[in-house]
Amino acid sequence: MAAIAPRRLTKELKELTMGECPAGVQLLQSADFETWVLSLEVLGESLYKGEVFALRFRFEPQYPIASPEVTFIVDDKFKAPIHPHVYSNGHICASILGHEWSPVLGVASVCITLQSMLASCKKRERPPDNDRYVRTAPASPKKSRFHYDDDTV
Amino acid sequence: MDYSDDDDYNYDSDEIMDGTQDDASSVSEMDEDEDFHIQPTKDKKKSYEIDFDCLEQTAIQDIIRADSEQIISIFNVDASTASLLLRHMGWNKERLIEKYMDNPAQVLEAAGIPSQQPAGPSQPAPIRSNPSTRQATSTVIRRSTRRSTADSKAPVAPLTPVGCLICCDENPASMTSLMCGHNFCSECWAEYLKGKIRDEGECSIKCMAEDCSVLVPDAFIKETCDAAVYSRFEELVLRHFVAHTKNLKYCPAPSCVYTVSCTSAPPSSLTTVVPTVVCKKGHAFCFGCPIEGDHRPLICAVAKLWLQKCHDDSETANWIKSNTKECTKCQSTIEKNGGCNHMTCRKCKHEFCWVCMGPWSEHGTAWYNCNRFDEKSSSEARDTQSKSRISLERYLHYYNRWANHEQSAKLSVELYAKTEKKMEEMQITSSLTWIEVQFARKAVEEVERCRTTLKWTYAMAYYLDRSNAKELFEDNQRDLEKAVEDLSELLETPIDPENIPMLRQKMTDKTVYVQKRNEIMLEDTANGYLEGRWSWNTPVEGIERDEEPASSSA
Repeated sequence: MAAIAPRRLTKELKELTMGECPAGVQLLQSADFETWVLSLEVLGESLYKGEVFALRFRFEPQYPIASPEVTFIVDDKFKAPIHPHVYSNGHICASILGHEWSPVLGVASVCITLQSMLASCKKRERPPDNDRYVRTAPASPKKSRFHYDDDTV
Repeated sequence: MDYSDDDDYNYDSDEIMDGTQDDASSVSEMDEDEDFHIQPTKDKKKSYEIDFDCLEQTAIQDIIRADSEQIISIFNVDASTASLLLRHMGWNKERLIEKYMDNPAQVLEAAGIPSQQPAGPSQPAPIRSNPSTRQATSTVIRRSTRRSTADSKAPVAPLTPVGCLICCDENPASMTSLMCGHNFCSECWAEYLKGKIRDEGECSIKCMAEDCSVLVPDAFIKETCDAAVYSRFEELVLRHFVAHTKNLKYCPAPSCVYTVSCTSAPPSSLTTVVPTVVCKKGHAFCFGCPIEGDHRPLICAVAKLWLQKCHDDSETANWIKSNTKECTKCQSTIEKNGGCNHMTCRKCKHEFCWVCMGPWSEHGTAWYNCNRFDEKSSSEARDTQSKSRISLERYLHYYNRWANHEQSAKLSVELYAKTEKKMEEMQITSSLTWIEVQFARKAVEEVERCRTTLKWTYAMAYYLDRSNAKELFEDNQRDLEKAVEDLSELLETPIDPENIPMLRQKMTDKTVYVQKRNEIMLEDTANGYLEGRWSWNTPVEGIERDEEPASSSA
């Protein structure tokens, strides 16, 4: 039973490296079954044209029953996209990473969802409560209780 | 509803209301001169008591089962469906029946129970294995077992191409799905359900597939999970039921399993009644609000105000009191964190002396050293200062007494241990038997009960308007407090073999007296509520203030 996560991740890794990686997504680091890093860009016309972001996936042993912890990497090389659902510390407010997570989803489907979230954005701005949230945010966004109030973007 | 069994209602509540009763009656049987001892008037209900009933977990399960069976027979559905429907409607049977009769398909869908057609797109027309369940709307578990690869190539291939999509096991022992047809292996189902039930405490669980709102029926959980997880699930359903039933409340004490049923404390009565109930384990709590304990004689709304105030203010108020003074001119609060006594208020620029609070201009050259404490102008300045402190002092007066009784009640655990030791001593040094030394234990229990009452009387006094009624209230409070402190002191007295009969007599008498005082306190406040004798100095939820005609226009 405990072997679900590695088996599942092995399969996902195989699919991602065998060319089934979604367009605009690239695997940067996948040395173990705890943390993966993927780069992500939005193809086609969008507010984020030409920008490359990086996503960090952290997997618990209960993955995929439990959702992965997904954040945008914020360091010297990468910045979090300026988007109403993305906080400046890289935390993402997306229902599929929280209560709408389903174990049939995976790394690739999360990347595609986030791509489309960015692609459909009309206005580059931070969430309204960005400063307050970032000041008090827990290390893992999975510990935050988000209100999924707007699903238009 | 059909679970308030009137026959044993009175019997139960009496037994609960007075945990000492069994002992008391056995004592009086053995010892004739003690029948004045703690004999609660069984037949007459006190004005501060309410009717309630304490239910075992099994009794609740029976109610749930009865509700469920009724739904099963009316709708002709299986048990799992009935359970999901009832949970969906918050256990409101009448509304469920009404809605269901109106439009069964809509109710079923909203409750996460799919109709007969599975959602799977490439699913061939399903051939139900069990035709007898077809008439009834049933949540059949579909199971396809594939042990050989030959099987998986059969024409009626399941929705998923190969293996389980979640664990990527290509050849799982068995694949199952809910009515929606989303197939996953049993191990993943078990793991998923365990997580939802154990970690998230969820009893309405959706199918694992994305965007599928079909709920997992009880029978599926029972079949998939181990016994421990299923019993946790049953407990969650029970809690869900209790939470959604107005006249039921779970005992908030840790790991207590009792539920209290009370119909005599509707929300509208909470401005005049403090519905304290006690479970069979002796945990007292309020039926009307979330405060985990007995908060008589103060009504819920005011008790909440007080707790909120204590939570917000006490530490701050204490700190302000001990570390700051107010500017004598503009009353700004000032903390002196060093430097000389020559203060200049940052706000109004008033210059004054920190020591005597008088104006600095009169200090002449006596810098850094104030010897003018009794001068007229400085004592006047201190008067203004103290006036501005009155409200703070007033609050702290009540708070400190409140906190003191709370602290003392907490120390009762220690007192218990001490008393127990004392009781052992008494059995050795005197000819008293175990049953005869119970007077000390009763005294401790009474002290604890009365301290709880006293504690809340201080919160009540803080919010009561000045009036004759309040003075009488404070007289009662003082009498009770005096009696409690006397009894506490008796409990601390050292034991001397010669003194034992006297001590016993004294303590027994005092206990009876203290109990009387407590009853008087509670009874008088309860009657006061009913007579509308208490008026609050602050707006209270649910109570309209009727002082100035201008403000009571509504």
